[in-house]
Amino acid sequence: MSIRHGLLALLHRGPMHGYQLRTSFEESTGATWPLNIGQVYTTLSRLERDGMVRGLPDDGGQRPYEITEAGRTALSDWFATPLTRADRPRDELSIKLALAVTTPGVDVQAVVQAQRTATMQALQEYTRLKTREPEPADLAWRLVLDAMIFQSEAELRWLDHCEASLVRHNQPPPVRSVTPAPAAERRAVTS
Amino acid sequence: MTVLEIRDAYRTHGDGEAAVHALRGVTLTVRPGEMVAVMGPSGSGKSTLLNLAGGLDRPTRGEVSVEGRQLRTLSKRQLAAMRRRSIGYVFQDLNLLPSLTAVENIALPLELDGTGVRPARRLALAALGEVGLAGLGTRFPDEMSGGQQQRVAIARALIGERRLVLADEPTGALDSQTGEAVLRLLRTRVDAGAAGVLVTHEARHAAWADRVVFLRDGVIVDASRPLGQAEQLLGSAS
Repeated sequence: MSIRHGLLALLHRGPMHGYQLRTSFEESTGATWPLNIGQVYTTLSRLERDGMVRGLPDDGGQRPYEITEAGRTALSDWFATPLTRADRPRDELSIKLALAVTTPGVDVQAVVQAQRTATMQALQEYTRLKTREPEPADLAWRLVLDAMIFQSEAELRWLDHCEASLVRHNQPPPVRSVTPAPAAERRAVTS
Repeated sequence: MTVLEIRDAYRTHGDGEAAVHALRGVTLTVRPGEMVAVMGPSGSGKSTLLNLAGGLDRPTRGEVSVEGRQLRTLSKRQLAAMRRRSIGYVFQDLNLLPSLTAVENIALPLELDGTGVRPARRLALAALGEVGLAGLGTRFPDEMSGGQQQRVAIARALIGERRLVLADEPTGALDSQTGEAVLRLLRTRVDAGAAGVLVTHEARHAAWADRVVFLRDGVIVDASRPLGQAEQLLGSAS
């Protein structure tokens, strides 16, 4: 997702100035994506240059913007087009694991365990936030939180899978592996 | 003060070549107000650990204490009494008796323990209310949905002054909303001062615990507790 589309979606509700946009953006994404005001103004000026928004007369020192017809079309195209896998950032963790299994001297199980602990802690925190929310919580915020919960869960399942694959790969399994297996035995477990 | 203390516990089934080492030196303590989740692949020793904690099985070596009493030193009768009074179980298969109503199922452990029928029923009704099923006390298990039956099983585990609640995949076959309701009930009781141990293979459910321990091949390989830094995590989620 780009900040452009986020701002267009907010301006679709009605004209707003930069600070209002920043606040609304953070509110609707549950503060998962903090924006600085500089990013907001840079994006607004590009949107204006591209004819997607239009600046309105100053309103007490703040300049509100409104969405144009071209902006509405771009927004509706964005909602109508599914994200492709290629649009998303590369997953550093899978690359790290792939490199860990092919780099001599790396204790891959320790890498998996450290990551699992960290991801589990994150999942516990998200769950805590969710259970702390009075019902019914704000829907947008809850959905964003659920997305993070499901992503953490998927990552944990994948880490379990990595661990099981490592154990199968390096029989007999070391229970508390401190020394890495010989480099020659280390081949990628993921392709 | 700990409610559950497992110290350097080993559990071996069989001997010689055929010996299976279900647990190999596990140490775990659970304090009042604390919920610990146990995760791990099948065969890692999760259920064995829970059975030791509940006095359903004895360690080959090591100690298990509940509320300061070493289970090894108790007679069969004393152990059974402790299981009925202090320990609540929620099993994956609910173990509800089909010929008893919801209230009768819940009251059963108290009645077996010598509590009079009336006070036992009164406590059972209160427990049923606690799990949100007030009014369904006269239903038989087969007249209730899976989620409702699970709540009855939980009410049975929570009735009275149970200080240790042990749950083995309590959200088993439930949909995610009902599963969450079950976890909320366990969490509420633990927050009120009980100690809880939750065996699960679902990370999303384990995350309700204060601490998560991972078992592999009968050994605790790592443990996690919340960082208390939710805001930072959210900030970096972009």
